[in-house]
Amino acid sequence: MLRTIPNRKSLSWVYNGYVALFLAYLAVPLLVVASFAFNDSSIPSLPWKGWTLDWFIGHGTPRVGMFFDSEIVSSMGNSLIVAVMVTALSIFCGTTTAFLFERYDFKWKSFCYMLMLLPLVIPGVILGISILAFSSSIANLIEGHFDVTVDALRPGLLLIIFGQFSFIATIATLVISARLRKFDRSLEEAALNLGASPAQVLRTITLPFLYPSMIGCGLVAFLMSFENFSTTLMLVGSDAPLTISMFNRMRQGSTPELNAVSLSLMLGSALLGLVSIVAQRRKAGNQGE
Amino acid sequence: MSDATLSLADGATSRRLSFYLVITPFMLWMFVIILLPHFNLLVLSFHDSGSQHAGRLSLANYREFFGEPVYLVTLVRTITISIFSTVLTLLISWPTAYYIAKLARGRSKKSLYLACLLPFWVGELVRVFGWMIILRETGLLSRFLQYVGLVSGPVEFLYNDAAMIVGLVYTSMLFMIVPLTSVLESLDDSLVEAGYDLGGNGFDVMRKIVIPHAMPGIVAGCIIVFMLNLGNYLTPTMMGGKSSQWFTEQIYTQFITRFNWELGSAFGFVLLLSSSVIVWIGLKLTGQSLSSSLARGQ
Repeated sequence: MLRTIPNRKSLSWVYNGYVALFLAYLAVPLLVVASFAFNDSSIPSLPWKGWTLDWFIGHGTPRVGMFFDSEIVSSMGNSLIVAVMVTALSIFCGTTTAFLFERYDFKWKSFCYMLMLLPLVIPGVILGISILAFSSSIANLIEGHFDVTVDALRPGLLLIIFGQFSFIATIATLVISARLRKFDRSLEEAALNLGASPAQVLRTITLPFLYPSMIGCGLVAFLMSFENFSTTLMLVGSDAPLTISMFNRMRQGSTPELNAVSLSLMLGSALLGLVSIVAQRRKAGNQGE
Repeated sequence: MSDATLSLADGATSRRLSFYLVITPFMLWMFVIILLPHFNLLVLSFHDSGSQHAGRLSLANYREFFGEPVYLVTLVRTITISIFSTVLTLLISWPTAYYIAKLARGRSKKSLYLACLLPFWVGELVRVFGWMIILRETGLLSRFLQYVGLVSGPVEFLYNDAAMIVGLVYTSMLFMIVPLTSVLESLDDSLVEAGYDLGGNGFDVMRKIVIPHAMPGIVAGCIIVFMLNLGNYLTPTMMGGKSSQWFTEQIYTQFITRFNWELGSAFGFVLLLSSSVIVWIGLKLTGQSLSSSLARGQ
């Protein structure tokens, strides 16, 4: 079946119908979550009892909205800290590793490349428990020998950052490598011939070429970190990030406040997605790709 | 290589220095965060939590895994359902991927692709939450059926295997759509036209031209979706029933609830090993390689 080949009318109607159904299937759960954020009822379910903004801005009695719910607000703060750190680390490590695999030949290179891909095929739960067990044994070792307590190596934000970084860095490496592969090496050679030092070439020619992909993968890394669940669940300490505190609420039985938080997440990620599309378009316009 | 153009006398030294600068973050990442923790986990899984001989290696945890039928049954169930929902995901996303790659054009193509990506920017938790609101006893589907008059009382659609599969398919759909679309876009239209010109019908063309060409994308999508299903914790916990235990839930229970890290580590390695074996079999059967498949999946 192709555009250029005439098809039977009925068949193409069935096909269009299928795609429409598919899109509806994708959209319905999200629309449901979004609309019940405004339902004036204490459970996110029918019947519809009228519109309200209580689940966003309720002050307490009788309802607490998400902006005044200290637990939700502080867990958002935790998620933000983790996401920013994971993004920064992933961009840095992704860029250096992209250079490593694109620019250098060394022993065991293909083996190292396989290692680099490994975190993508290890389930997130196992990444989580391995880091949990490893850092605990280090902490026990230190505490046994030096008689100091090492809280940083106990479940908490630092371990969550490591856990998420472990696989998000692989994605960053793949994205930045793909961009670096397209780079025209003769530009660097020209700059070197004109008397620039290798460091200057890197700063003024090569890195600016990579900026769009660094920003793009930074946005992806931020979103993936903010939304990560299974790795985070294994490493969480007393400061829960947003996904964990939402999960705990969901298990206790949810109020439409969760819908309000979800709607905010949707809007936030849609905004980041738009930013990345605009950035990509600008990149395409600049380089005429 | 541009080394030749480095006319500086210390070019080789600076190149070696830059190599060390670039490889250090990678090595730290690999050793401190991936390899050593997994090695530690492996060693831990050979420790016997119950015995007095701490530090002595034993197979007690693995023996416990194979000795207790419930663990083995859970693993087999997890793998079977993961494979089943991977195939289901492939079947559901194939027509849409083909439509995006071959039939839609211009602006509608872009917006269709975007519409497929959108739900996945939101996060698994929100997606599962949406399905819970629809499927639970007081949910939309049950209310709707009562309203239409098909059922007389509330019906619980949540907390069973079917609901869990709905959730798994929905959650990992994107990772099938993206590789399928990219591989189908690389298929030259003229090959498909030639297939029709030579007298093939739609079925022949699909079977002999489109599917063989799309095989790397199909394999990539299936591997990623299978691994995501297998390692999923949230969807089985929230949407599956009490009786439908998932293997990651066993790991969580051992690690966090029972604090039996030794047994939990052994479970982790059993999961890793069985998933690797299944992915390896899949690659061998289809003649694909892991690195090319994964690179395509991005």
